[in-house]
Amino acid sequence: MIEAQTVVAIASVITAGLTTAIGCVGAAIGEARGLDRALASIAQQPDEAARLTRTAFVGLAFVESSGIYCFVIGLILIFANPFWNQLAGG
Amino acid sequence: MDVSQLTPDEVVYWEWGFFKLNATIVFTWVVMGVMLMVAHLIARRLTASTDVPRGQNVLEVILEYMSDEIEEISGGDRPGRYLPFIGTIFLFIAVANLLTIVPGYVPPTASLSTTAALAGAAFLAVPAYAILRDGLRPYLRNYIEPTPIMLPFNLLADLSRTVALAVRLFGNAMSGAKIAAILIAVIPFLFPVLFKALGLLTGFVQAYIFAVLAMVYIASGMSVTEKPRGRARPHDRSERRID
Repeated sequence: MIEAQTVVAIASVITAGLTTAIGCVGAAIGEARGLDRALASIAQQPDEAARLTRTAFVGLAFVESSGIYCFVIGLILIFANPFWNQLAGG
Repeated sequence: MDVSQLTPDEVVYWEWGFFKLNATIVFTWVVMGVMLMVAHLIARRLTASTDVPRGQNVLEVILEYMSDEIEEISGGDRPGRYLPFIGTIFLFIAVANLLTIVPGYVPPTASLSTTAALAGAAFLAVPAYAILRDGLRPYLRNYIEPTPIMLPFNLLADLSRTVALAVRLFGNAMSGAKIAAILIAVIPFLFPVLFKALGLLTGFVQAYIFAVLAMVYIASGMSVTEKPRGRARPHDRSERRID
């Protein structure tokens, strides 16, 4: 018979790993597509490289946000799991 | 600091009641001290002649670059208003991240407290700059443009982008430090050096991204009520724009 706390631990660790894995894939694909277009544009118009680079950086940072939310969820699940504290305290 | 400690907050050197002296505070002081000392050593021998000392030249290049960047983002606004804030953020994060090349140093940006404080400053700077330039009403009207339906989304965007700003820097700096620590435990020769070098690059890019995003947010807080262009600019700027 598995204790409730063990179930929470198993679920948290597996979910944290899955969250990081899937979240990384999504953010990486999105950023790679953005970077691809940005590099092509810079190759076409080297004069506008400064503006394009800055816009690309800002855009990449926005795309990265979704990956960051996954990262936060992973951290919460492992280091600050609310259900774990509830079970340990109760 | 070892692998099991997530952030430098957990390394406590000295404790007295409520007050804790942890590694984050100590290394923030180190960064502040390094920056102050370098700035003092260079500013002691400032000159307006053509024979510019090396240090002053470096500082002028950095300052010029930051001013140009701010002016571009703000759409021709004078960079002098934003330079103290944006420049401070950029220099602090850049120095804090680049000092990781010193063994034993833990970047204070690897702690969520530091990055949350920086993001909070950026969060407060947006209404501060907008209200100081345009007044309260135009800034508040920004939230219900184009329709009042957008009000909750605008508020949510303000919050979520601040959180993202803090966590992005924290995640990058922290994971860089953690990966280096894990690699030293697994493959202790040569390979961690490469990752350290990559960490220097990402650390600098993160400083750039943080400063640029803060400036973009400040500029977006005022973009709707943009004043007519054509303000008097310094001559060198307008000439450079033509070519």
